Amino acid sequence: MNIASIKQDWFGNIKGDVLAGIVVALALIPEAIAFSIIAGVDPMVGLYASFSMAVVIAFVGGRPAMISAATGAMSLLMITLVAEHGLQYLLAATILTGIIQIIFGVCKLAALMKFVPRSVMSGFVNALGILIFTAQLIHFQGQGWLMYLIVGLTLAIIYILPRFTKAVPSTLVAIVTMTIVVIALGVDMKSVGDMGNLSSELPVFLFPDIPLTWETLAIIFPYSLSLAIVGLLESLLTANVLDDMTDTESDKNRESRGQGIANIVTGFFGGMAGCAMIGQSIINVKSGGRGRLSTLVAGVFLIVLIFVLGDIVVQIPMAALVGVMIMVAISTFDWTSVTNLHRVPKTDALVMLTTVGTVLVTHNLSLGVLIGVLLSAVFFAAKISKVRVSTRFENNQRRKIYQIEGQIFFASADDLLDKFDWNEPLDEVVIDLSHAHLWDDSAIGALDKMESKFARNHVKVSYIGLNEESKQLQQRMR
Amino acid sequence: MYKKVLLAADGSDHSIRAASHAVQIAKIANGKIDIIFAIDDKTSKEEVLHNVDSHMIKQEREQKLAPVVDILEENQLAYQMHIIHGDPGPEIVRFANQHEYDIVIIGSRGLNQFQTMILGSVSHKVAKRVQCPVLIVK
Repeated sequence: MNIASIKQDWFGNIKGDVLAGIVVALALIPEAIAFSIIAGVDPMVGLYASFSMAVVIAFVGGRPAMISAATGAMSLLMITLVAEHGLQYLLAATILTGIIQIIFGVCKLAALMKFVPRSVMSGFVNALGILIFTAQLIHFQGQGWLMYLIVGLTLAIIYILPRFTKAVPSTLVAIVTMTIVVIALGVDMKSVGDMGNLSSELPVFLFPDIPLTWETLAIIFPYSLSLAIVGLLESLLTANVLDDMTDTESDKNRESRGQGIANIVTGFFGGMAGCAMIGQSIINVKSGGRGRLSTLVAGVFLIVLIFVLGDIVVQIPMAALVGVMIMVAISTFDWTSVTNLHRVPKTDALVMLTTVGTVLVTHNLSLGVLIGVLLSAVFFAAKISKVRVSTRFENNQRRKIYQIEGQIFFASADDLLDKFDWNEPLDEVVIDLSHAHLWDDSAIGALDKMESKFARNHVKVSYIGLNEESKQLQQRMR
Repeated sequence: MYKKVLLAADGSDHSIRAASHAVQIAKIANGKIDIIFAIDDKTSKEEVLHNVDSHMIKQEREQKLAPVVDILEENQLAYQMHIIHGDPGPEIVRFANQHEYDIVIIGSRGLNQFQTMILGSVSHKVAKRVQCPVLIVK
């Protein structure tokens, strides 16, 4: 990291970055508020989080122009913690999340991302989309046709306006229009102000008000671990999307550490845990944002807007916010995974659906990912554990050659032994391993078993074609 | 006359049709063809989600263009491939106007009026805003 590249990261694209940052700040406000409501905390908690995540990550993140803030994935993980233990425990959990993420970053665990199969990733975003959508349904309860109308109009503006102009984010236009309509008509509708406190105060640095005991740690640790994993997963996925969109590279381990630092700072300033946002980051890049300045401007401008417009923001009708969230849910969902469901391998489809199902049942995204990864590991082991054995006789039916093809390890060893006939009248057996690979002690164990079984019938066993690695393993094990 | 030809392509049937016309036009003056393939943000997101790494994504995109490239190679024309990111309409226009082509050739998806209103017509945008002659292949 030299001065020139730091300068390029920050000031290589001043005009584009400032404009894009402003657009993102405007688009962030409704989402930050809506995600706070999902988590069950005051809108301020999400707004503070979006401010501090964006500002801190601008300096310490590994992917310039990526936007981090309060997100749906994270807010969905906090619901029970907030409901059972309150905001202070959430702030402590946020700080612990950051610490875990820094440890992940220092241990360079970003590379582990590649062990999360694609079908699990698409199950993850699908479950996320469905959960964000279903979290909106509660707002329809006890509301009249006006609610449906406003939600419908909001969505219509969001999807149709971009056909005519892309200069302003259509979600912002939809929210502003709907707020004006509701205020002008003087109808009584639930608004953001009814969902909790929204104050025009700067966040202050405070230690969360919790007892520092093992019990507290036991409460928050499972939440923090889930938050840390999901946060990194979504952040690194977003980084990959931006890498592709901008044809540049990014430092994934630095991003992991950066996410951790940002979450620690956010927790101390009264914000909820956050991570990178795919949707907002794409808006940023599409609006011309390329450097770190865009992320900084987004965060700073967001808090300025809350100061200036706080009184207006509380009047935003919930219906408009619900409309925006439905759009977020639709764009989060990976629609090609559904249209391609009959074309992908059956096991991949099953992994995707299992991931979604697990999340929908447990409401825990990290558990869904874990089950998905385990299931695909099982499928992979099943696929790779198929061993083929072909045989031929030599020497007047007295010598038999077994040719083994495939990977010999714990999952295939038993299967392999079944393919031998121990009781044939033979003098000698030759095991041809030139198309096989021995992986672990189960493989060596299988060979030992084979030898002893043949030995019982006084058949001599010899090996040919063992590759170097397998030979070393065999020598080590004996 | 047509020394520098820009062919906008995405591997779809209409872009393959456009490619065979591009070949005929480039042959007149033994011209060179630049293929441009624009990838929008939605496609970019989906491809990152479904591929293990950037190398595989690149491979998949080149494979998508393979039928177009095959047509050019069969006819032994010099070509170069450019994969760019952003909204196809504006990005193709920008690329075309930056590099001064003799002609831009693009396929038309043949959308009806309603689809055009919702999806927007890339070929119309290109025809309207590119500064050189444009051939829309139906």
